[in-house]
Amino acid sequence: MTFTNSAELLSFHWVAYSIYSAMIISVVAWFGYNLTRKDAKSVFRIPFYWYMAFLVAGGVGHHIFTYNTIPWVSQDIDRHNIKPDAKYEFEIQNHKWIGLPKQIVIQCGQTVEFDVHSRDLVYGFGLFRQDGSLVMQMQVNPGTDVNGILDSNDILWTFNHNGVFDLTSTEYSGPKQYSEDGKDLMMVKDLVKVVGCKDNGGIQ
Amino acid sequence: MSYMNKLINGTNFDHKGLNALQKVTLRAVVMAFLFYGLVAIEGMIMRMVEVGHVPLNPIPAQFFHPEHFFSIMTVHPIVGIFGSTYQLVFGAFTFLVPYLTKKPLYSIKLANITWMLITGGTALAWIAAFVWSYAPLYTLYWPLPADTHQFKVIGGLVFIVGIALIMLGTLTFIYNIYATIFARVGIHKNKTTKELLISGFGIDGFLNLINKLQGKQPYTKEPALALPVVAIFRGTVDTFLDALVILGAGVLVLIYLIFDASGHPLDVTAIDALLYKNFFWWGLDLVADGLVLIYVAGSWYLLATLITGQKLFMENVARAALMLELLVSWMVWSHHLLGDQGQPEMMKLISGEMVTAFELLTQGLALFITLVTLWKARPLKMTMELKYLLGGLVGFGLAVPAAIIQADMGMNRVLHNTQWIIGAHVHIALIVGLYMTLYSAVYVMWPLVTNNTKVYSHKLSNAHFWLHLIGGIGMGAFMGMAGLDGMLRRHLYVDGQFNPDMVFAAMFGTMLLAAWAIFLYNIIMSVGIKGLIGIFLPAKDQTASYGLEEEIEPADDPAFAN
Repeated sequence: MTFTNSAELLSFHWVAYSIYSAMIISVVAWFGYNLTRKDAKSVFRIPFYWYMAFLVAGGVGHHIFTYNTIPWVSQDIDRHNIKPDAKYEFEIQNHKWIGLPKQIVIQCGQTVEFDVHSRDLVYGFGLFRQDGSLVMQMQVNPGTDVNGILDSNDILWTFNHNGVFDLTSTEYSGPKQYSEDGKDLMMVKDLVKVVGCKDNGGIQ
Repeated sequence: MSYMNKLINGTNFDHKGLNALQKVTLRAVVMAFLFYGLVAIEGMIMRMVEVGHVPLNPIPAQFFHPEHFFSIMTVHPIVGIFGSTYQLVFGAFTFLVPYLTKKPLYSIKLANITWMLITGGTALAWIAAFVWSYAPLYTLYWPLPADTHQFKVIGGLVFIVGIALIMLGTLTFIYNIYATIFARVGIHKNKTTKELLISGFGIDGFLNLINKLQGKQPYTKEPALALPVVAIFRGTVDTFLDALVILGAGVLVLIYLIFDASGHPLDVTAIDALLYKNFFWWGLDLVADGLVLIYVAGSWYLLATLITGQKLFMENVARAALMLELLVSWMVWSHHLLGDQGQPEMMKLISGEMVTAFELLTQGLALFITLVTLWKARPLKMTMELKYLLGGLVGFGLAVPAAIIQADMGMNRVLHNTQWIIGAHVHIALIVGLYMTLYSAVYVMWPLVTNNTKVYSHKLSNAHFWLHLIGGIGMGAFMGMAGLDGMLRRHLYVDGQFNPDMVFAAMFGTMLLAAWAIFLYNIIMSVGIKGLIGIFLPAKDQTASYGLEEEIEPADDPAFAN
């Protein structure tokens, strides 16, 4: 099992967490009801050590599961050893993107590096689908190294589904990100376009 | 009794019969619930703005203005966490520590200074946002709080002074609590500081466990400190460290603002933004993943034993686990920095993922011990305090796994900074988990701090419970769903892009607001307006303890701490 994009992961997460929520609410409700009953008997006993083992397995297993099913985890850890198919570098200053191309067209399956620098505040870099859902994001911290070169905030991403994605800052950087009537001034519509994938994802 | 008579005089509440400890406790509690109301109104305003410019939305146009909106967003957590939650917890512990240790509080005067500093500080921070639109948010990401292109210097100065007052109030609380715990009077007259320290850190529980495994006699059959006091002792370590970090950040911002005002602005790039984030999140996370979880575990243990009248199940394990929780809380801050590409990968993996996952274990253990203690004592009457306790358990049962899920390098890429975090995790943890636990404590402590005052209406108490529970879970759930749909948490949406999720979140939020109004009404009708005012009048009885046959020693006696 591998999630080919974040939309699949979010759908899976929605279902899994909803089931868990319904379960925990029901268990405590059932528990509360039986607390008041004189003749309530334990339906099953939960041995303490098994319970603790379950929690450990849950906490650690969750990360093992995501490492093996979400492709961008290992790619992120190893990103400095991976040669991207394309690299895009730009800056942010005064709530404005500097050096953005009009549109970035990416072929299906390509791994792209985005390297973003901030000249003043902490911003975010996030790509969104047309339905508003998040493709991916990172924080963009300002700062310079000892030679005065702007610090790098880089992310690698492999695009496996066709789509047109909008860009905006995902971190709050003050009210000047917005117009007086509340419009997001850092929103760049249709910045990234992915082409060449099959309808259900993957290279044609 | 006529309605007006009840409104003025309450049921059978007599503020003149309260001693100094009861009064100072109630003062903090009253301020906490007033601030809670303010927070609920602020939350609803923001929620209605996010619903967008749709017909029937009653929110006036000025709230859609970014400066106004983010000013509210900045003070919302300050008022909620410090003005309300800190005050409520500090008030409760100011009463419980003397009650459980059977000693007088170290200083009533200091306890009064505590609630006044926190109240004044919260009010100042709120004023800074309201009057000068100072809005760097509670995260204070460097260099935004010192960005005088966006914010007025005066706003920043007032805000930082407000936060500093809150932290000073926090430090006076800490001093008072530790001075009371370490006072060698009453039952601790013959205890040494070392014995109290060993008990406070839970080392006695740990040694008891080791001795049991080795087949030896227990290290101690009667630990020096009761388990809830141990939790307060431990949680307060994090409260102290957190106050130092927030004060440190405040001083830094203050220096930059003062230099800016003097016409000699300092270079903001002298402070590394990522390093600052690490420092600030280390401290701030001691609230979320430190003192809250430890205080809550201690409160569950106390409530379970008081409700059942029985000993806590696996008490030694609980004592030892509280120590583990303290250590864990110092090493988990990197889960806030999983989206920061400059953060070393090892820190993300170890601190952000693995150590953070330990919270599932420590909180799961507290849940288990509480549930088994209750189960062993059945049948129990479904009292208000038991209901709220179960509600609190549900809240953390939902919110802690939600946190562990997002503290993952894969999930964080799509969940960081979204409404998932603030809804499914933070609001459910605070509103359902923490507040329902605190409401349970309020119902347990009510007869003690009010001298058995009758609650005005049981029906209203029940209405409050259900509205709060359903409203809290519902609002958190729909915020969480909006987060999965891509809605950011620190972002302004004015076109209702995330409806109907936001409409439903607003409807459930309205239930929360209604719950608070019902609770407040029930309390006012119980103590009466006269009683409410009387709480703030000086106490005739200066006793600084509760339930002791005779006052051991005057609380402010200089010889007290010797």
